[in-house]
Amino acid sequence: MPGEKSYEEINQKIKEGKAVVVTAEELISMVDEKGVTQTTQEVDVVTTGTFSPMCSSGAFLNIGHTIPKMKMNNIWLNDVPVYGGIAAVDAYIGAASVPENDPFNNNYPGEFKYGGGHVIHDLVARKSIHLEAEAYGTDCYPRRELETTITLDDINEATLFNPRNCYQSYNCAVNLTSETVYTYLGMLKPNMGNAHYATAGQLSPLLKDPYFKTIGVGTRIFLGGGIGYVAWNGTQHSPGFLLTGCNNEKKGPAGGTLSVLGDLKQMKPEWLLGTSVLGYGSTLTVGIGIPIPVLNEEICYYASVKDKDLYAPVIDYGEGYQKGKTDPIKIASFAELKSGKITINDKEVPTAPLTSYTKAKEIAVSLKEWIACGKFTLGQPSQLLPGPDNR
Amino acid sequence: MTSKRIVLRFDESMADKPVISYLVSDYNLIINILKANVSPQKEGTLVLDILGEKYKEGLEYLKQQGVRVHALTEEIIRNEDKCINCGACTAICPSGALYIERPSMEVKFNSDECVVCHQCVKVCPYKAMEVHF
Ligand code: SF4
Ligand code: SF4
Repeated sequence: MPGEKSYEEINQKIKEGKAVVVTAEELISMVDEKGVTQTTQEVDVVTTGTFSPMCSSGAFLNIGHTIPKMKMNNIWLNDVPVYGGIAAVDAYIGAASVPENDPFNNNYPGEFKYGGGHVIHDLVARKSIHLEAEAYGTDCYPRRELETTITLDDINEATLFNPRNCYQSYNCAVNLTSETVYTYLGMLKPNMGNAHYATAGQLSPLLKDPYFKTIGVGTRIFLGGGIGYVAWNGTQHSPGFLLTGCNNEKKGPAGGTLSVLGDLKQMKPEWLLGTSVLGYGSTLTVGIGIPIPVLNEEICYYASVKDKDLYAPVIDYGEGYQKGKTDPIKIASFAELKSGKITINDKEVPTAPLTSYTKAKEIAVSLKEWIACGKFTLGQPSQLLPGPDNR
Repeated sequence: MTSKRIVLRFDESMADKPVISYLVSDYNLIINILKANVSPQKEGTLVLDILGEKYKEGLEYLKQQGVRVHALTEEIIRNEDKCINCGACTAICPSGALYIERPSMEVKFNSDECVVCHQCVKVCPYKAMEVHF
């Protein structure tokens, strides 16, 4: 395509400190003012960001060998069960893991005060973590028990590896029943007393590259305050568009996801937060920012789409979701959702986000600064992810 | 005699009963409503400053009517270091004390409006809302 820029060209500019980098918010105003063609010529990289509870997250840890050696089978960090069925001292801590003695939802709605997400945060915050391990003992790994404290610096490796993060668009939840329900989208009051939505709308990474033209395996990203990479598509990756009406009008991107990874040791505790979702469980709130190279006008156009043209389906989490009824009650734009209320069947329903827009913006701005000062170059994907046209 | 500060919490079925006027007419109490969060068909909260000889009898009457009465000794504080400004508490808070400022999307906390209902303390995923005594 004429006027197409290459990753090499943009990276050269970044190294020379000459790249023009703007946040997705800034791009929107530029395109409004100057149009897509001129903005594409002027801008090299657009930065995005999101800071939200991310459903499927965790970390691989290599705990290191003891003397005598041990093949750890059952492992707990601060009483939170960790998966040890990988190798002698390799383990995976999942963000949703909770201590076996947690009251769970027996004390409804359960508080889930401490779980895997909190352990990951405490590791990154360089707190001492209580480790307990059991083994059956082998000829090569005779030790059977271990109780000690570790810190992130004591262990060999720690890789944050999140199988599904960074949802493109997500459901906005309401409750049509007459009882309060406690869901992963928060506490939902009866009779549509509130509506909870997620993602940062016009700042959200995957909403800005709906055809997956730039985001792929090896894309370098802001992850948990450090540098990370896109590993693969996330689980349940379902790129496409929300469709409405009898002529299936496209209403913005739908359900793409990412699997991401990075060295936990260089991440920051303020961008990886242990999260307690009332009545639901423990998870991890992850800060992610993705740079989008402005290779051509099409990429620039999609990166400049605004809240008013990005949508989320409103779904009943009172009983519909549980039964697999995913026909939206309404498709609401992010402009409506962010206004503080949406109207459903003549009823005004107060809305609230679960994603921090102010923090999403901070991430987009940090990433912009990293690129502008030459410390962060673009990772050209070795393979693009399945998009709406090539699933 | 000193006045006492109390919090009244009642269910939606109570919201349209004139219990406060009975406190004045039948129990001769002087009442100053400090904060109110009442609307028809909804759970409500009132924070009152009450003065009068028949204070105990008045409270007994309220309890008989199904109103939950607590002394106002606690205060809700937002821990600014923990709050990430997500907004997850804002459609739960019944009094509007927690709200989103637009277009910045920053979450604000106006403690003057807070009726100490504890809802935010329970729902905040980061434990940023704290009860202080
Ligand atoms: S839910 Fe918690 S973190 Fe989110 S805005 Fe409210 S107080 Fe802050
Ligand atoms: S306790 Fe929390 S939810 Fe209740 S009124 Fe005060 S700020 Fe709002």
